[in-house]
Amino acid sequence: MGTNGHHESFPWKHLIGFVLSLLLTFAALWVALSSGLPLKAVIVVIVLFAMIQASLQLFMFMHVAESDSGKVQTFNMVYSFFIAVVVVAGSVWVMQFVL
Amino acid sequence: MKWSEFFVTGEPLIYAADVAIVLTMVGIVFVLTYFKKWKWIWNEWLTTVDHKKIGVMYIICAVLMLFRGGVDALLMRAQLTAPNMNFLDAQHYNEIFTTHGTIMILFMAMPFIIGLMNIVVPLQIGARDVAFPYLNALSFWLFFFGAMLFNISFVIGGSPDAGWTAYFPLAGNEFSPGVGNNYYAVSLQISGIGTLMTGINFLVTILKMRAPGMTLMRMPMFTWTILITCVLIVFAFPVLTVALALMTFDRLFDTQFFTMANGGMSMLWANLFWIWGHPEVYIVILPAFGIFSEIVSTFAQKRLFGYKAMVYSIVGIAFLSFIVWVHHFFTMGAGPEVNSVFSITTMAVAIPTGVKIFNWLFTLRKGKIRFTTAMLWSLAFIPNFVIGGVTGVMLAMAAADYQYHNSYFLIAHFHYVLIAGVVFACFAGLHYWYPKMFGHMLNERLGKWTFWLFMIGFNVCFFPMYFLGLMGMTRRMYTYSDGLGWTPLNVVATVGAVLMGIGFIVLCYNIYYSARYGERDMTGDPWNGRTLEWATASPPVHYNFPVTPIVDDLDAYWVMKKKQGGFQVKEEELKPIHMPSNSGRPFWISVAFFVAGFGLVFKWFALAIAGALFIVLGLILRSFENDDGYHIGVDEIKRTERAARKGA
Repeated sequence: MGTNGHHESFPWKHLIGFVLSLLLTFAALWVALSSGLPLKAVIVVIVLFAMIQASLQLFMFMHVAESDSGKVQTFNMVYSFFIAVVVVAGSVWVMQFVL
Repeated sequence: MKWSEFFVTGEPLIYAADVAIVLTMVGIVFVLTYFKKWKWIWNEWLTTVDHKKIGVMYIICAVLMLFRGGVDALLMRAQLTAPNMNFLDAQHYNEIFTTHGTIMILFMAMPFIIGLMNIVVPLQIGARDVAFPYLNALSFWLFFFGAMLFNISFVIGGSPDAGWTAYFPLAGNEFSPGVGNNYYAVSLQISGIGTLMTGINFLVTILKMRAPGMTLMRMPMFTWTILITCVLIVFAFPVLTVALALMTFDRLFDTQFFTMANGGMSMLWANLFWIWGHPEVYIVILPAFGIFSEIVSTFAQKRLFGYKAMVYSIVGIAFLSFIVWVHHFFTMGAGPEVNSVFSITTMAVAIPTGVKIFNWLFTLRKGKIRFTTAMLWSLAFIPNFVIGGVTGVMLAMAAADYQYHNSYFLIAHFHYVLIAGVVFACFAGLHYWYPKMFGHMLNERLGKWTFWLFMIGFNVCFFPMYFLGLMGMTRRMYTYSDGLGWTPLNVVATVGAVLMGIGFIVLCYNIYYSARYGERDMTGDPWNGRTLEWATASPPVHYNFPVTPIVDDLDAYWVMKKKQGGFQVKEEELKPIHMPSNSGRPFWISVAFFVAGFGLVFKWFALAIAGALFIVLGLILRSFENDDGYHIGVDEIKRTERAARKGA
């Protein structure tokens, strides 16, 4: 955006990102400290929150999708994430019978 | 260590190989000295960063490795022709099937494909070189010295003997105490690093260096397949790197990652190997699909049918390639849930592949087909590959796989997909792009002889193996007893293997014959091609294109020929061209890798550390290097262009 004349007068994107980040952080804090959920569930929920927040920041603050190679960057990250999950979770699942 | 342990002894075949190696080396040194070619080979080849020369070197290595792997194959066929043969003993047979598999996949198929992509991809996208030419040279030399390290194993120290998959616990210290599997771990690591860098290099090249106007959906199909292949390389090879590093630690430093005792997990090796291994077979088959697409479209003289469907199906195959690996070890015992899921994903691979088969058939429909050698290979690919594919779906059914697993049925299946897919594609691509590489055609008559000998030989050799497998003959057995009823089919298979060998000899003779008497290609476009590589001279000048071509459609050169009668260069448009400088450092860094690797194989750690220090020194020198390449002036471009286009 910047100099091309379509500059927004108010950085809505950043504000929304900021508020959502705060919400997710406090939600994680609440889940961990006072939700009373079992330990495993707490871990799952806060990891999920962390991942949502990380991707939120990538898009809202770090503009991954906005450069010329935005599509490639986004695809690259999503695909890397997919492969990482497949390799790690897949191996654990496949090797369960000897674990 | 005694000399008698250092050198492999006791086999007449090995002594003959020793003599042959020494004679070849003396011969090379003599020829280079006698014709005063040392300076030429250093300046023109060993230090080059030109993608075309690097590609040619890859292909030369691949053909040499095809010879080596082919000799291994013929030795195995000789041993299996009749029951109770004494030609090879069990240990020697183990070593030979291990090196055959490893060499054919990693040191023949990979460099052949990478060689073709080095030569063709920058030309197809209208670029002057790859994104990182220095890195490209390093990739080649790492591959080369990795391959050399692997190949010396059979005369120095002993070859790996645990199969090309090197499954633990067999490949561990307990059951393979010699240095053979150290060679496997270290040499694959070195050439694997080279391949990983090639993947990154071409990914960047294709994404960043396409000619103006060439959007992703206007890229030639071969370039598309290479793009996706590079994605697979970048994501799959790190798994191999890590697995091999763990294997090296287990073998050299007695760690317990894959051992049977002390909490090791031997079956995890198989799991990691195939997480890399399955994408790996698609890394070699996808470019093959690209080569066939180019050739079918050129010689049917039609635009490729269903371009978009082709692109989506490659992407689909690449996606599926990462979620099917367990089908290589259904019998390991992971249970019905795991096996069922991977059984279904495996069968799903047939869908995008089927789409591609129909696209090729529809491209042929109503085309004015020219039956050149390259086209014959491509036409033969379709039915042969389908036989391999259909038997693949049979193997994909986990329950049925318990019957087929590790039998000759499997052997027949993967040779039908790898030979009819990859090897046919390499030969087709070699014939198709040969004038672009060397400026002369390969002889068509001899080419067709190779085709018929090899294609018929291939079917005679491998089709009986389906039945041998169903009759109970298992993989990797070095002999079998009389009375099992396997002998007739084994004799037939050996006859087929000999035919393939003769086909290969005819190909080698063709290379020699065509260099001397072959038709020179003066036009740069001998096949009436459709893509930008045919817009250059044959062979292309070192900067490829005097001005960057502008692309406004798929089949860019075809459209250019229709609209402007070819690739038009106006002399007033010429500008100085920026080119990368040659460097000797990729060569000697790779020599240092070889030395360090040799040290690791024999646990001579002082040597390994010395080699490693030289590698680090090379990296430091590169970091402080300030070489921005050089510019070719307009006058020189004019002179070169006039000389290159004189024949046209």
